[in-house]
Amino acid sequence: MSETSKIEIRGLRKSFGSNEVLKNINLDVAKGGVVALIGPSGSGKSTLLRCINLLVVPDGGSVRVGDISFAFGDGAKLPDVKTLAKFRATTGMVFQHFNLFPHMTTLQNVMEGPVTVRRMAKADAEKLARAQLAKVGLAEKADQYPTTLSGGQKQRVAIARALAMEPDVMLFDEATSALDPELVGEVLSVIQQLASEGMTMVIVTHEIAFAREVADRLIFMRDGVVVEEGPARQVIDNPREAATRAFLSHFHRTGALPPANATS
Amino acid sequence: MYQWDFGILWSYRWLFLNGLGVTVGFTVVIVLLGLVFGLLGAFGTLSRFKAVRLTALTFIEAFRCTPILVQLIWFYYALPILAGVEMTPITASALALSLYGGSFYSEIIRGGIISIDKGQSEAGAALGMTPGQSMRRIVLPQAIKRMIPALMNQSIIQFKNTSLVSVLAVPDLVYQSQVAAHDSYRPLETYTAVAVAYAAILIPLTIIVRRGEKRLAVSE
Repeated sequence: MSETSKIEIRGLRKSFGSNEVLKNINLDVAKGGVVALIGPSGSGKSTLLRCINLLVVPDGGSVRVGDISFAFGDGAKLPDVKTLAKFRATTGMVFQHFNLFPHMTTLQNVMEGPVTVRRMAKADAEKLARAQLAKVGLAEKADQYPTTLSGGQKQRVAIARALAMEPDVMLFDEATSALDPELVGEVLSVIQQLASEGMTMVIVTHEIAFAREVADRLIFMRDGVVVEEGPARQVIDNPREAATRAFLSHFHRTGALPPANATS
Repeated sequence: MYQWDFGILWSYRWLFLNGLGVTVGFTVVIVLLGLVFGLLGAFGTLSRFKAVRLTALTFIEAFRCTPILVQLIWFYYALPILAGVEMTPITASALALSLYGGSFYSEIIRGGIISIDKGQSEAGAALGMTPGQSMRRIVLPQAIKRMIPALMNQSIIQFKNTSLVSVLAVPDLVYQSQVAAHDSYRPLETYTAVAVAYAAILIPLTIIVRRGEKRLAVSE
């Protein structure tokens, strides 16, 4: 698997103070693979996700995305800010609270990465940004400011903003957790579309039915360790571990996904 | 009942205008220079390096926690003795007032920067921005909006603090009005006119800034 994997994580450790959040985590994501990370809050799944693009710098272990790899721990030199920035430009991230730039229009939000980071000419960046906004169904919102958008629309803009960097990998950090229930569907359908296009993705989510539908692999974490891992349907339908069973018992695991209202 | 006679001040008009020119010019210099010190102080306190943080903090508290009048006198009289640095009254008071204002600006600027949600710089970082890029493109444009009322407030105080330079015989509006008051034996009229002059400059300025704030707020 490791020859073809897009993301490879070995022996990852991270502590915040005396709180050990990640204990020796290994993770492989195949090219075009979709991995869902589930688990109770405080299990370390968000921290693990943030270690993949080094928004959180691990204490030990190694992280590889594509051809770029970093080792952490004793004797390993921490990467400098330029190296980190270049690395992060190849991965897209979508946050629970959208984190759109409120002082920019929707279009400017999506153009910001290409213009500032990739040094793209404004006209080219605008074309790219408009295409990405169209892709998430928000072409007509280009000149509005984020405050005027609904939560679901904001999150779709955030996805467009990440896609405008033309990343190899997309990371979703509870992308639908802050949304009103009726707005979850429109965001999930965009993620589902990305999956069908072959984007490599790691998705931290509480939408178990969605994970079952879209992810090919599922990882259940608790207390900083991977408790169970396997094909998404298999883990959700027939969990081996008691802890996984207990966690999953809180959710409707199957059934229809929330409807994606195409109206925006 | 006191008989007001403002007419008498007319013969001192050039003296007042002269003093007003010095006061306004002085304010421009100490606000600009103060903002430079303020930026240095703010970024110093936010630095990754402890030595830089400590230096910035020492500067801020030294100037924020001592009276400006003492600083003025200290810069003019003490520095030549202690450090052999001779300064004209104008240089000494410009430097003291800029550093004093800068220490307050530092805290305003720092407060503005840290008030911006951490998610904003994280989003910048996730796009591949360096910390400098996300500061310039994402954090500062939002933070400056929040700083403007406080920066304006502090600048108004700075404008009025220039009146203290008269203790070093810098010929600002207050110094010149002292001259006029002694000469005319009309201190009530003189100082009333001075107060009106300060207000006449500041009130329109505050209105302009309030308008600007409203325009800036549209996007938020």
